[in-house]
Amino acid sequence: MRQDTLSPSTEPILSVRDLKVYFPISVGSLFSKPIPLKAVDGIDFDLYSGETLGIVGESGCGKSTLGRGVLQLLDLSGGSVVWLGEHIEGLPPSQMKVYRKQLQIIFQDPLASLDPRMTIGDIIAEPLTVHFPELDNGSKKQRVKEMMSRVGLLPLMINRYPHEFSGGQCQRIGVARAMILEPKLIICDEPVSALDVSIQAQIINLIKELQESFGLSLVFISHDLSIVRHISHRIMVLYLGNMMEIADRTSLYSNPRHPYTRALISAVPIPDPLQEKNKSRLVLEGDLPSPLYPPSGCVFRTRCPLVKEICSQEKPEFKEIGHNHRVACHFWDHQL
Amino acid sequence: MLLDVQKLTTRFHTHDGEVCAVNNISFSVNAGECLGVVGESGSGKTQVFMSIMGLLAKNGSTEGAAFFNGEQIIGMRISELNRLRGVEFSMIFQDPMTSLNPYLRISKQMTEVLVEHRGVTQQEAARKSIDLLDLVGIPEAKKRFRMYPHEFSGGMRQRVMIAMALLCEPQLLIADEPTTALDVTVQAQILDLIARLGRELNMATVLITHDLGVIAGLSDRVIVMYGGRIVEEAPVRELYADPQHPYTRGLLDSMPRIDDDSNQKLYTIPGQPPDLQALPSGCSFVPRCEFAFERCRTDIPELRSVDEHRVKACHLENLS
Repeated sequence: MRQDTLSPSTEPILSVRDLKVYFPISVGSLFSKPIPLKAVDGIDFDLYSGETLGIVGESGCGKSTLGRGVLQLLDLSGGSVVWLGEHIEGLPPSQMKVYRKQLQIIFQDPLASLDPRMTIGDIIAEPLTVHFPELDNGSKKQRVKEMMSRVGLLPLMINRYPHEFSGGQCQRIGVARAMILEPKLIICDEPVSALDVSIQAQIINLIKELQESFGLSLVFISHDLSIVRHISHRIMVLYLGNMMEIADRTSLYSNPRHPYTRALISAVPIPDPLQEKNKSRLVLEGDLPSPLYPPSGCVFRTRCPLVKEICSQEKPEFKEIGHNHRVACHFWDHQL
Repeated sequence: MLLDVQKLTTRFHTHDGEVCAVNNISFSVNAGECLGVVGESGSGKTQVFMSIMGLLAKNGSTEGAAFFNGEQIIGMRISELNRLRGVEFSMIFQDPMTSLNPYLRISKQMTEVLVEHRGVTQQEAARKSIDLLDLVGIPEAKKRFRMYPHEFSGGMRQRVMIAMALLCEPQLLIADEPTTALDVTVQAQILDLIARLGRELNMATVLITHDLGVIAGLSDRVIVMYGGRIVEEAPVRELYADPQHPYTRGLLDSMPRIDDDSNQKLYTIPGQPPDLQALPSGCSFVPRCEFAFERCRTDIPELRSVDEHRVKACHLENLS
């Protein structure tokens, strides 16, 4: 008998299909019907064990909503989320609790995501208290202290309050809280964008170290294309709630096919005056259209340098153009 | 020399004691050049220029001198300062929405400046304002001139702010993190605009930012600040090619780069930025510096020449 080419380890641990999150928005008169704001409109991706999927896009592209939608922190308007073979979309909180042990999140604003009236020991221990109420205080404290030294916090600081820590240290507390249950997946929602350059590198290295030693999978949401390139295995580019392109990191940056990806990459300043002053930049015209009234056809067409008539009539299919490389553009093979 | 700053020191008096935001710094800006000022939060990069603009918070005080075209502007009376600021030198800020008055139309906010400073008629002021909105790339300037700030997007608001700063044709534009609140594609538009305006109007610009990438493309010369002091100053190419202060080199090495395919561990500067209420007695970078030796802990390093064009504040002879 022919052996199955798929070994069990190549099964994705997370499969998201056609995920939709719409927010009803009232416009005009009080009694008119609300219009759906399509924050996330039909996203598909798979995530494999130990993998980091980067999600990039500008403000309003739906990247944070996508992260919260996957974790069921928001009501989905459609689509499915399969975690280790089980559908978790639309589960009531009581049933979802089982999965929350394996799925954690780190937020952007490190200080705002910590309760100012709890000691950091209590903050880091809280997931343990919720999920393992049978644990006694001594062993809880022990595990908190171990995790604190793992993330580079002095265990003797266990009784201090969040305001006594700097931004970088607060983010370490956030990481410790997410890691204490030893989850399988962490969604990192702009975890370093509020931090100074010298502190960013510390947190990125920490997240990568933890990923290696615990075999974590990560969804890394960021607007910073340099950081995403550094940390991700594969990267998805979003625009107005739609997928523009997905590819592994090397092909996305060396051979970007969507005009939006190409513009994003060329807009990032490189810390090298020789390259930066001589590079020809693809500058996009105009601003992001209102997500309440997205353009017909391809949502990017109002700012696209390759736009043709078909773009306003037909939404481009998200098609496979190479190994693990998919793009939603009618003219992906055209030169700019 | 357009702006010459000498031994500027800025302190803030708070309930917990004195905060030393800017410590005895000297530098200059030449006509027509673009000076980059880079540093992390708390490095004092913004407060230097707030002091020069006379915009410090009430609990702040400044000592030292800043000569604009030879005229000392630190400690100048407000009425006299108003003859210069917004006219000879202007400043734009990170968040355009908090700098624009939400209750007034753009037209009112712009013409007011010209009527006040230049004594022109409303009509003339309106014509000039619309020309400037055009120059900074606002489509349908005539129509949008009548709108309120909330009707503009973030990038467009920053363009409006730039147009307002340019109304009196200043010789110096100080831009404090002008693109930090903007998306990267919009950032590219605004940076191109600032570079073009500097060239076309032969205006000197100071670009204050935490982003070494932004500075690389725009500046001629760069000042690196840490703990309220200048730690290094150099022409832009030399600074990036051969940083001479351990902090500058650490910053450059700890940034992941978009043109770099490696995913090796990033270099990190250990520790935290200094506490401005309790700066170390020697160099403020000592606790984080891998090259620190005895003298660094006791003597504050003075700025000294590395070669003809560049200076650094470090006891280390050569960073190799």
